[in-house]
Amino acid sequence: MQRALKKYFPVFVAPTGIAFTIAFLLPFVIGIYLSFSDFTTISNAEWVGLENYQRAFDESQGFTSSFGFTILVVFVAVVSVNIFAFAIARLLTQKLRGTNFFRSVFFMPNLIGGIVLGYTWQQMINAVLANYGTTIISKWEYGFVGLILLINWQQVGYMMIIYIAGLQSVPPELTEASEIDGATRWQTLRHVTIPVIMPTITICVFLTLANSFKLFDQNLALTNGAPQAQTEMVALNIVNTMFARMGQEGVGQAKAVIFVIFVVLIALVQLRATRSKEVEA
Amino acid sequence: MIEHAENAAEPLPEGNQTLSAGEKPKPARNGFFYVVLVLLVVVFIGPILFIVINSFKHKFSISSDPFALPIGDMWAGLQNYTTGLARTGFFEAILWSFVITVLSVATVVFFSAMTAYYIIRVKTWWTSALYYLFVFSMVIPFQMVMFPTVKIADMLHFNNPLGMVVLYLGFGAGLSVFIFSGFIKGIPLEIEEAAYIDGCGPLQNYFRIILPILKPTTVTVAILNAMWIWNDYLLPYLVIGLSTRYKTIPVVVQMLVGSNGNRDMGAMMAMLVLAIVPIVVFYLVSQKHIIEGVVAGSVKG
Repeated sequence: MQRALKKYFPVFVAPTGIAFTIAFLLPFVIGIYLSFSDFTTISNAEWVGLENYQRAFDESQGFTSSFGFTILVVFVAVVSVNIFAFAIARLLTQKLRGTNFFRSVFFMPNLIGGIVLGYTWQQMINAVLANYGTTIISKWEYGFVGLILLINWQQVGYMMIIYIAGLQSVPPELTEASEIDGATRWQTLRHVTIPVIMPTITICVFLTLANSFKLFDQNLALTNGAPQAQTEMVALNIVNTMFARMGQEGVGQAKAVIFVIFVVLIALVQLRATRSKEVEA
Repeated sequence: MIEHAENAAEPLPEGNQTLSAGEKPKPARNGFFYVVLVLLVVVFIGPILFIVINSFKHKFSISSDPFALPIGDMWAGLQNYTTGLARTGFFEAILWSFVITVLSVATVVFFSAMTAYYIIRVKTWWTSALYYLFVFSMVIPFQMVMFPTVKIADMLHFNNPLGMVVLYLGFGAGLSVFIFSGFIKGIPLEIEEAAYIDGCGPLQNYFRIILPILKPTTVTVAILNAMWIWNDYLLPYLVIGLSTRYKTIPVVVQMLVGSNGNRDMGAMMAMLVLAIVPIVVFYLVSQKHIIEGVVAGSVKG
């Protein structure tokens, strides 16, 4: 049977394979090569060794500061999104009428794309700040708070859905037993519910981490890095290096490689760290 | 609206509840919960409502009374909408967004399901290598491949909807193959063996037996891809560019509001509303599948 299927490679794999090669595989390999080159198109690339990597860390590149800002945003966002999402999920797994309506409402912002979302929040926040005669782009703190609000608004509903599924899979016998044994609600949550839904927490933390780290559209629309690139996150910094500054394509590509290494490392460390806390229900 | 949402969203399986069976919910605590939930609804709907309200106001009133209702002198009717539409070609953008999304989603679902089936059923070193490459591509930020992809797309004249479909198949394959593979692993081989004995070839076997079984997963994959492709900004902006007619909604929104400092806030609000409307309609029609899809996608992911 496997042998009969094997001959159908051109039908089953080739279309996806070709598209994947054009869009991802080939560009990935070329991208690594280009990060060691000076170029403006792919064909005129000239090998320069580690020069781009050194230049990436120059003060004037704003790369290190964008990394710092990104880590701050990601940290606050991952913590707040997961706490809110979990709390709302708990609320919506109580015996209440109309939970489906609330679920639908809270999830909706997730469908609105980053560009539209960014401008929507920019208008909202500017309308509030107008009372104090200022705008979101006048101080980095405003942009930071704006990003955190936006990320929460967008991602809480998505994570809530996953947490609800997780909470519903906790065997009721476990929580009942714990309550019969005299545990308080808090103790039951802390020692029974949370350990059992650890796989769900792993997934949600991973998703929020990855989403927030790669944030681009929202950042572009909300502040575009203003003031003075102080609210520029890594993804935006890289795109600006490659397309908005002349002759720095190689530096931009080197930054992208550093970004990839960082993201992959974080993903591995995070998965390992939370997996180790998972228990069998 | 409440009625509608209630009907459309099939309850997720009511599994565990915090209250054990037989115990009556405490009315006082429930009252508190409802107050919290209603406040949350206000927070979640607020920004959208804010944009809708202001899209009907004169420019001047938007900056002077941003939180007031559009009544009396403030009411601008559809003026913001007509200005915005005149400046952006918005309806054409909706059309191209729609064409690109539908074609891409159909292509991604069709081909990545076939690829996943092949990878799972034909066990060689290179099919498993391919599987890990697809998984790997899910974690990699777009910026890594952005420059070369755009240059290759340029060389191949991909600055049109069909070119975009090929690129979206390439980028969408990672997650889609991953989700399909997870599902196909669970399909017992005996069903296919029986079909072979009855004289089915691999193609017949796939289309007549596997594909129908895959249907729920297909819906999941289609929804996850549709949400991403409809809202994607950077790829269409870089590949299609601003000089062709195939601009999508995120691209024209960014063009309208991001290009100069002297922006028409009224027109901008109106265009934001028009950009949100199709998504809300899509959501109201298919929210049951969307929410199930998200759960299924995350469990596999």
